[in-house]
Amino acid sequence: MTRVSFDVNGETHQLELDTRTTLLDALREHLHLTGTKKGCDHGQCGACTVIVDGRRINSCLTLAVMHHGDEITTIEGLGTPDGLHPLQAAFVEHDGYQCGYCTPGQICSAVGVLAEVKAGIPSHVTADLNAPLRLTNAELRERMSGNICRCGAYSNIAEAISEVAGRSA
Amino acid sequence: MRSFSYERATSPGAAAAAAAGTANAKFIAGGTNLLDLMKLEIETPAHLIDVNGLALDRIDETADGGLRIGALVRNTDLAADRRVRRDYAVLSRALLAGASGQLRNKATTAGNLLQRTRCPYFYDANLPCNKRKPGSGCAAIGGFSRQHAVIGASEACIATHPSDMAVAMRVLDVVVETVRPDGATRSIPIADLHRLPGDSPEIETTLQPGELITAVALPKPVGGTQAYRKVRDRASYAFALVSVAAIVQGDGTGRVALGGVAHKPWRVEAAESELPRGAKAVTARLLADAKPTKDNAYKLPLAERTLAAVLREARG
Amino acid sequence: MRFEHPATFNPIDQLKVIGHPTSRIEGPLKTTGTAPYAYERHDVVPNQAYGYVIGSAIGKGRIAAIDLEAAKGAPGVLAIVTAENAGKLGKGERNAAPLLGGPEIAHYHQAVAIVVAGTFEQARAAAQLVRIDYAKGDGRFDLAAGRDEAIAPHPSFGGPADTAVGDFAAAFAAAPVQLDATYATPDQSHAMMEPHASIAAWDGDKLTVWTSNQMIAWGAEDMAKTLGIPRDNVRLVSPYIGGGFGGKLFLRADVLLAALGARAARRPVKVALQRPLMFNNTTHRPATIQRIRIGAERDGRITAIGHESWSGNVSGGEPETAVSQTRLLYAGANRMTATRLAALDLPEGNAMRAPGEASGMMALEIAIDELADKLGIDPVALRIANDTQVDPEHPQRKFSQRQLVQCLNEGAARFGWSKRNPKPSQVRDGRWLIGMGVAAAFRNNLVTKSAARVRLDRQGRVTVETDMTDIGTGSYTIIAQTAAEMMGVPLEEVSVRLGDSDFPVSCGSGGQWGGNNSTAGVYAACVKLREAIAQKLGFNSAEAVFADGVVRSGNRSVSLAQAAAGGDLVAEDAIEYGDLAKTYQQSTFGAHFVEVGVDADTAEIRVRRMLAVCAAGRILNPKAARSQVIGAMTMGVGAALMEDLVVDKRHGLFINHDLAAYEVPVHADIPHQDMIFLDETDPISSPMKAKGVAELGICGVAAAVANAVHNATGVRVRDYPITLDKLIAAMPV
Repeated sequence: MTRVSFDVNGETHQLELDTRTTLLDALREHLHLTGTKKGCDHGQCGACTVIVDGRRINSCLTLAVMHHGDEITTIEGLGTPDGLHPLQAAFVEHDGYQCGYCTPGQICSAVGVLAEVKAGIPSHVTADLNAPLRLTNAELRERMSGNICRCGAYSNIAEAISEVAGRSA
Repeated sequence: MRSFSYERATSPGAAAAAAAGTANAKFIAGGTNLLDLMKLEIETPAHLIDVNGLALDRIDETADGGLRIGALVRNTDLAADRRVRRDYAVLSRALLAGASGQLRNKATTAGNLLQRTRCPYFYDANLPCNKRKPGSGCAAIGGFSRQHAVIGASEACIATHPSDMAVAMRVLDVVVETVRPDGATRSIPIADLHRLPGDSPEIETTLQPGELITAVALPKPVGGTQAYRKVRDRASYAFALVSVAAIVQGDGTGRVALGGVAHKPWRVEAAESELPRGAKAVTARLLADAKPTKDNAYKLPLAERTLAAVLREARG
Repeated sequence: MRFEHPATFNPIDQLKVIGHPTSRIEGPLKTTGTAPYAYERHDVVPNQAYGYVIGSAIGKGRIAAIDLEAAKGAPGVLAIVTAENAGKLGKGERNAAPLLGGPEIAHYHQAVAIVVAGTFEQARAAAQLVRIDYAKGDGRFDLAAGRDEAIAPHPSFGGPADTAVGDFAAAFAAAPVQLDATYATPDQSHAMMEPHASIAAWDGDKLTVWTSNQMIAWGAEDMAKTLGIPRDNVRLVSPYIGGGFGGKLFLRADVLLAALGARAARRPVKVALQRPLMFNNTTHRPATIQRIRIGAERDGRITAIGHESWSGNVSGGEPETAVSQTRLLYAGANRMTATRLAALDLPEGNAMRAPGEASGMMALEIAIDELADKLGIDPVALRIANDTQVDPEHPQRKFSQRQLVQCLNEGAARFGWSKRNPKPSQVRDGRWLIGMGVAAAFRNNLVTKSAARVRLDRQGRVTVETDMTDIGTGSYTIIAQTAAEMMGVPLEEVSVRLGDSDFPVSCGSGGQWGGNNSTAGVYAACVKLREAIAQKLGFNSAEAVFADGVVRSGNRSVSLAQAAAGGDLVAEDAIEYGDLAKTYQQSTFGAHFVEVGVDADTAEIRVRRMLAVCAAGRILNPKAARSQVIGAMTMGVGAALMEDLVVDKRHGLFINHDLAAYEVPVHADIPHQDMIFLDETDPISSPMKAKGVAELGICGVAAAVANAVHNATGVRVRDYPITLDKLIAAMPV
């Protein structure tokens, strides 16, 4: 057992955890923040995506004890049913989901993507590594590819994110 | 996952000493490969040394005009570094072709080099695998080997190295800097870092027990047109079937390495003299000793055609 | 309510709420992570322990010995259940292989034990300490090798093993143009994002499970049967399901082992199947080998059509009924189909999205494209030339609605089909060879009983309860729309409660029957509630008008809240069907158009454009229905280009058993998708005049991709998935 302390959605949590506990299981099983999903537990689906210190990561492939002092944002920290984050609202409007299980990961990932584009981080489909970035549809799809949606809502998810990206641009 | 003790390392030397002084210890940085394998008990460390607190996350310019990349520089940051994008585009491209945005945000430079194979027989602990359990046999031989090595493999193992980044680093002739448990440092040319499987596929690198990678040194820029072409079934978030890293100079000379074909990034310097004669001539030398299986024989024409496309684009 | 005659005008036809592209009513919960899925129910019962499932390490054979000592002594372990100590177990009606194996092993990763511990980490670690010695037996793992011994199975869901009309052999032999080709489709995995997961809790001899299941009543029945306890002692709750696609139609190992583990540990137990176990432990879509023979006149008219299919399954399992659409889709006087089943010891095959047609259309719609090539006739025109408005086997039976020709024509016009060069490998865009492909879409509409309960309370709110499930299909929303339309209230005044075996038994989610039947059941209950309200108010129920939260009759008008002032008014009813499904053939139709680019050097295939045009009765919610279709199109791209459970025939397993090795499409694989519905109402199907769409959307997609690849490259691949290694040796340049 190891003690660890980190902030989740602005609240500090002190936990005493089995060192084997992943950040994902700490959130879901210890803090009961079950919005973050376990789809594969092996970094192969993206359902567990959360934002740690401003960056999106797979919470299943990191140990909770490795996040001492970190600031973590989960889907619950972005908005609530009565106060949706713009991306959450756009996903509802564009039907950017079906079963809903990958959805929190998609939305957290989208928050990360918009930040990465703003920071000028290139992607596999960026034509010119040394020119200013534009968030084209191809860029969006490449950058979101770490989030699998087996229901196949990709086309709608892309429209939801594009709408918010256009608004915030 | 077996129980393990956990410590946060305070210096590279202390980390290496701790690794050598503790039974069955492992370093953990990004964790994206190690934890995956620990959940399946393919990796079973009794002690984890968290090196994330070490100040190895900078990219500095070196005296000879190159860059020194700290071992903990995340794949995202390395790919996005302005100097890397400008002078080592093949490296940026290779990194961006790998994994997903989330994984690149976590995965480190050293960890990427030390990734273990994605052979499905390695991943299923019920089946024979000499890499996972030396002496148990290789289930991939005679099994599903579409992804597997076509060259440099052995009777004991036909696994491939999964990294994209390492293939680019191979054509860039990077040097891997380490610290050993006794505090001594050394520099390992990347060509000498990864091993072929031979009869001990469980030993994948020339690192010694407890030896910690601290940095990767990029020589001064070599210019040329740089390209990394990754071929895969899925458009993203998939390992390479074949990849080509190439640096092509204006005079037609250059360097080429292949990914997805061997237990290590595959480069044969002698084959590069054939570059002016084209992809067919290069791959004939590069893959001269290839012994593909029925499932992966397609990699030979694929490598040639992919290289041809890269050369055509590089030469405008 | 019995539905015996074609529907006439009814309150649904007002279309004040029904037919609108309403956003999902549960959307705010799903997008904020507050919709509760099975494994997440910390709220329902305290003191939950964790179960970890162990799968068999062999594909066929026996367990010789199990040593639990080390595992029992591991930290936190509360109980270990194996077949040895589980007590006598029955088998569910809908399971072929036992869910808990041992000593006999039926297939790889068949569950053989559950380890229960105080924490997930403890259970997982202890599971590795269970030592099992196996006596490996000889298994049959090769469909092609088992083909010759395959048997004619008993008539199943998909029809009889053999069908024949006219004289196929003679007509085929006499046909001036003949096609005789064999196709292969691989085993595929549902790979839904939420693993099979359950929490089980016992209260005395009563069991409650919070699980992830498409068919609540089937699950409860089979749980009772497997445990040997009364059906009434089982409650199954499944309000949110993280994808199913047929993989969660049945009782599976997660929920059974959670119940067994909870009984042994005397604590509630939660279990999620670990992802690497799912591909072999759960069901999959079985591989097929399909031979198709078509004889045609030179003008394209089909005179003989024959379709044979071979698939395999474990003992007690059923065949993949890949020939079923061929009995109905195209005209032709002489016809035959044959379905054969080989005995295999691979994991259990069962329904995956559009069982039968999804696989059958993968083959048939390439065959039609090949025939078009041979004839030199445009493939759209060839399909139109062979349209039939009646069941070709029983010409007196008409299709209730059949707009296949309209779908093809509309799609061709919108997609720019006329720009397609019929000669392959002629169109280039930079490094890409460009091709276009088309396929018909076809899937039957199934009608089945479905019940619901509707309550009006004194606030004037309407609450619907039914054990119907929402697996991403939009059930919550279309049921709310149905009740709002029927009761004349705004959508916000309707609450929908689903997925609980305490609620009336619905049709459940499967076979694309959920939307039409479940809403028709709600319609029936609402008709009854309207009558109860009218009676309560002394209105003539035939004249009462329900609108704007008010009931009107003549010059009297009473608010719904007032009508229920004396207490909740509750009505329960079911829709039940007469013979209309026999007198008419009810099917859904569509056309898929696909443009691909094939990299001229590497032969990588990327989809550039997709269009589906569908005709599937009344579309209850165009937004959710469109999502169903584009999602199915996405899965169809996976089937075409990457999905393949690879059989290791020596060890007897699907070797690529995780989400890295079994590839499904990612964002980058799917372009913007166009999808339109043709105007249609089908009064033969139900009072809703709706039909299914969720499975129609996948049928034909893979063949349209395959045909586009052929058009791009000139290479005809007949074994799916179509991957670059199958193209590279034959690429045009």
